[in-house]
Amino acid sequence: MDNIAGSKSSLSWVVNISCVLLVALWVFPTFGLLVSSFRTTDQISTSGWWAAMFPNEQSQQLRVADPDENRREIDGIFVVEGNIFGEPTGADISSWGTSSRDIAAYAPGEVADLGDGETFVIEADGAYIWSGNDEQISGRGQRAFVTALSPPEFTLDNYDNILFSGGPGDNMAKAFFNTLTVTIPATIIPIVVAAFAAYALAWMDFPGRALLIAAVVGLLVVPLQLALIPLLKLHVDIGIGKGYLGAWLAHTGFGLPLAIYLLRNYMVGLPRDIIENAKVDGATDFQIFTKIILPLSFPALASFAIFQFLWTWNDLLVAKVFLIDATGQTTVMTDQIVNLLGTRGGNWEILATAAFVSISVPLIVFFAMQKYLVRGLLAGSVK
Amino acid sequence: MNPAFQGMITIFIGVGGCIAYFHLSNQFLDKVLFPARGPKAGRNINRANMIRPWLFLFPAIFALGLYLAYPVVETLRLSLTDRDAGGAFVGLANYQQMFGEAKFWEALRNNMLWLIVVPAASTAMGLLSAQLTDRIKWGSVAKSLIFMPMAISFVGAAVIFKLVYDTRPVDQDQIGILNAVWLQFSGGPASFLLLKITPAVILAAFAAIVGYVGYIFARPILESRSNGGGAGFAPLRILVGLGALYLVFLSIQSILSLFTADLPYGVPQTWLTIPFWNSFFLMIVLIWIQTGFAMVILSAALRGIPEETIEAAIVDGAGPFQIFFKIKVPQIMGTIVVVWTTITITVLKVFDIVFAMTNGQWETQVLANYMFDKLFRANDWGVGSAAAIIIMILVSPILIWNVYNARKEMK
Repeated sequence: MDNIAGSKSSLSWVVNISCVLLVALWVFPTFGLLVSSFRTTDQISTSGWWAAMFPNEQSQQLRVADPDENRREIDGIFVVEGNIFGEPTGADISSWGTSSRDIAAYAPGEVADLGDGETFVIEADGAYIWSGNDEQISGRGQRAFVTALSPPEFTLDNYDNILFSGGPGDNMAKAFFNTLTVTIPATIIPIVVAAFAAYALAWMDFPGRALLIAAVVGLLVVPLQLALIPLLKLHVDIGIGKGYLGAWLAHTGFGLPLAIYLLRNYMVGLPRDIIENAKVDGATDFQIFTKIILPLSFPALASFAIFQFLWTWNDLLVAKVFLIDATGQTTVMTDQIVNLLGTRGGNWEILATAAFVSISVPLIVFFAMQKYLVRGLLAGSVK
Repeated sequence: MNPAFQGMITIFIGVGGCIAYFHLSNQFLDKVLFPARGPKAGRNINRANMIRPWLFLFPAIFALGLYLAYPVVETLRLSLTDRDAGGAFVGLANYQQMFGEAKFWEALRNNMLWLIVVPAASTAMGLLSAQLTDRIKWGSVAKSLIFMPMAISFVGAAVIFKLVYDTRPVDQDQIGILNAVWLQFSGGPASFLLLKITPAVILAAFAAIVGYVGYIFARPILESRSNGGGAGFAPLRILVGLGALYLVFLSIQSILSLFTADLPYGVPQTWLTIPFWNSFFLMIVLIWIQTGFAMVILSAALRGIPEETIEAAIVDGAGPFQIFFKIKVPQIMGTIVVVWTTITITVLKVFDIVFAMTNGQWETQVLANYMFDKLFRANDWGVGSAAAIIIMILVSPILIWNVYNARKEMK
């Protein structure tokens, strides 16, 4: 449409810039979480994540190395040399001082006269020289107040904590596998059941077909909340109780309307002649289904599979009702994050990392299979 | 038993069982019950074909009936009983108890607010994003990034936005970006421009769009009075028209209060505890997620508009805004309605966001969270079921509309 309308270049600039702003607005919250997950507790509590990517200025109180072990004697003068940070960190000292009352008394490289021939100098990269006589260079190391521009530092410790080494509240490895265990059967089984039903509703003619399709459309709208209490009661009464089986059955039941709807819409669009020819050739309905319809319906099957995978992975309500009991043995990632929000609400490094670990798998699935997800959304939505 | 092992067995049994069931039942039907041999072959084949659809449908119908149809009836029944009295029938006592609770009315009011604001804002932002991203070279990347929040769980989004809304005391550095931005304002001309004029403009545009939508819905009724005919779906149209009117009124009221308000500059705000406005901060999370959904669908619909229509309009001298509002929007109106209703259903179901961020405190309670609270915290199945029935009642107009449309398409 733009090529016939003769778009002005200025309008195109406005559109581009507004798009950049729009995308930035949508992306920055997630980006903030990602950056926060690589920072330490101190960093997060003292500065916003947007400052993490630039060198930030910090004032610290440091001590030189222990003089009794590190001093050397040169011509009767005792000298302690080293780096005030312990080892060079790439920081850039902007000012330093020896007393807490004036922490910016000296510039880097300026020699401080501490009286009676004792001198102290710190360079911009942290290298210091502290010299004096025997009595001065002893005991505790000289104190220095240093204001430095330190480069952005990031750490993988949070991920290590969350994935491998952390305590029972922090470690998400178990929850990760639990979520995987809930999700995979809950994705595969509805597909099988729905595919047969969708084929019947699409290609078989029988009285009541329109009514059933309308019923499926209606059931698409029914809110989950309505089904929780009776089904929990039913599960407890027939002995399944709370557990994986209950969660799988629940997810299957709740996912069926969408599955049947999506698959039926797609199957109706399949070419009629192939099916008719197969029937003429004497194939039974079952053979037509397994050998023709199923392979041809693969895009719709993939679309629903991704939908259902994302839905069950991100789900909290069904897990809390049908899976998680009071023992705390079973937990899914969404539930663990909610618990972390309550118990470790102030520890943003843990929260951010946990949240990012839990959203990483859906994001990977999303970016890898976006085409199918979009196609599934569009099926039946565009009029 | 190791759950992963259990899972694999379940998949095996589930899939294998399904295939076995279908295969065997079909075989049974074709070979044993109605064999296609002998003198009655023709009649048998016909009979088999009549029964076969029900074989294919049986597992699905069983699952749907058990997991979705039966609960509707059972929840209705449970809402009329009292668990403490051993499940005795107590009539409308649960409903009376629920209507007597202030938290319920707060939840209902909040839900109404959510229902009005979130679908409207998501659809509008989705339409805007679709229009913008369709015109640029890197459109598909932009669309991916705006659509990405849909893959994130509601709980993950709650954590993300809790970081955005975080508050530190005024003498420390802020780590939440909203407070960091807020502290930059000090009441001068820039503050006036950004904090008063810009929101006022946005609210006015919002009111205009909503007013337009309400007008479109209500127009057949207004015209039918002069034409003497009847407009289809009159109650729905009246409802939408009134809702739009109320929303326009709210927007104007907000604009007026915006200009008279004395904003607390320089003080970090605990955004989630400000009464009334905290609901909007929660809604932003859902709008953030659903805009991508709206954008994808509306973008496909926009691309489906025949080019000749647009070309003809341009040749006739229509400007871009005229083309957008008079040609494109009416042509995709059906899709806009679908997007709107789908987001409405999601809004009624959403409980994770409120549960994770405020758990209904500071007047942010919504019905879904209220029901969860009654069910698991108070262990009151009667009132919890009553709350679920209220959610169902709120959803039923959309249910009826969708079924009506589906049947219309069947014909």
